[in-house]
Amino acid sequence: MQDVVLALLAKGPSYGYELRQRLAAAMGPLASGFNAGQIYVTLSRLERSGLVESRQVGQELRPDRRVYELTATGHERVTVWVAAVEWPKPAPAEFYLKLIAVAEAGLADPVGVADAQRRELLRRLRDADQALLAEPEGSSAALLLEGVVLQLQAGIRWLEICAAHWSARGQGDE
Amino acid sequence: MSDTTVVAAHGLTKTYGSGPGLVRAVDGVDIAVGSGETVSVMGPSGCGKSTLLHLLSGLERPTGGEILLAGERVEQLSQARWSRLRRHTIGFVFQAFHLVDELTAVENVELPALLAGSPPKRARQKASALLERMGLADRAAHLPSQLSGGQKQRVAVARALVNDPLLVLADEPTGNLDSAATTEVLRMFARLRAQGQTLVMVTHDSRVAAIGDRLMGMRDGAIVDHTHLGDRPSTVDELVFGDLS
Repeated sequence: MQDVVLALLAKGPSYGYELRQRLAAAMGPLASGFNAGQIYVTLSRLERSGLVESRQVGQELRPDRRVYELTATGHERVTVWVAAVEWPKPAPAEFYLKLIAVAEAGLADPVGVADAQRRELLRRLRDADQALLAEPEGSSAALLLEGVVLQLQAGIRWLEICAAHWSARGQGDE
Repeated sequence: MSDTTVVAAHGLTKTYGSGPGLVRAVDGVDIAVGSGETVSVMGPSGCGKSTLLHLLSGLERPTGGEILLAGERVEQLSQARWSRLRRHTIGFVFQAFHLVDELTAVENVELPALLAGSPPKRARQKASALLERMGLADRAAHLPSQLSGGQKQRVAVARALVNDPLLVLADEPTGNLDSAATTEVLRMFARLRAQGQTLVMVTHDSRVAAIGDRLMGMRDGAIVDHTHLGDRPSTVDELVFGDLS
């Protein structure tokens, strides 16, 4: 979150409410995942770390607002973040190890465990697609939703392979 | 969902070959689809799901079992009677579109209506209205070769609807499409579902399957599981991956 807020400030000085609006616009239907107060907490943390600085700006008829701006160190950190190559770890290692443990200990049928997980991902896929279909053409939030859809599809396909693996074994044992 | 069953099959079986070479493509399937229901049949290629659709629509004949279409036993009907019945009750959407290359989009859509004896003027009106519903009003005069994959499949969906079928069957409707075109076609099917069209889709595409009110898993010719995805909507937390905290 810190990096995201810093990167949003790279465009120029801004204040909490505006950053929240920009973030919400980019996230579209997934924006409700953000806690509204999160931006302000993040901004004050960034300020304590010397990555942003703020000043109070007076407004007519409205309370003063605090405008934030990147410091030189903040700029540097954004540059590093932009250049960094990171990705959420793709290996579903924990679920895989669950299947292994379940099969070894005979705790449950691994096919059933994989199928239950697959049903859960199908439900999420249905909802992600529903949100995607509701997005207007050219929306950037649709891009994020398409990422969600493809990620879920990959998970579902992998779970099918897991189920096939253990159902073939089950038949072999008979 | 209403309590009227549109299509049902009991002990439906289709085998090919004989002796040691016997293949049970469909092996004792029971299925019942109520009016307004959307049912997805999911399974790997070769599991028998396309054969199942062909049996339900009379494109192939079962080796055993019975089929009820709108309450009428149909598995023993003659080819000719099946054809007539199919024309009026079933719309079919294929993976490879199966549009007639020499006909324009609107001509493709009106063709089944003309074959069913509809006056040409009315068939054209119906076809045009359906293309409009599919967001393709401006493509009516295009040949299939001038359309994208997603557009071709939407024309095929319009064609499937032209005789107001009781039942729409779709066989891997997104099998030849990329992600964006899949989204186009999903939108059409989601709309049909919302409008209460009875729909059976066989697919290995989880996006198509997830539209269903009910999901059936098929393996080696048999239905191996039934799933209701439930009505609880996913939370944002369940959809966003990566770390944004």
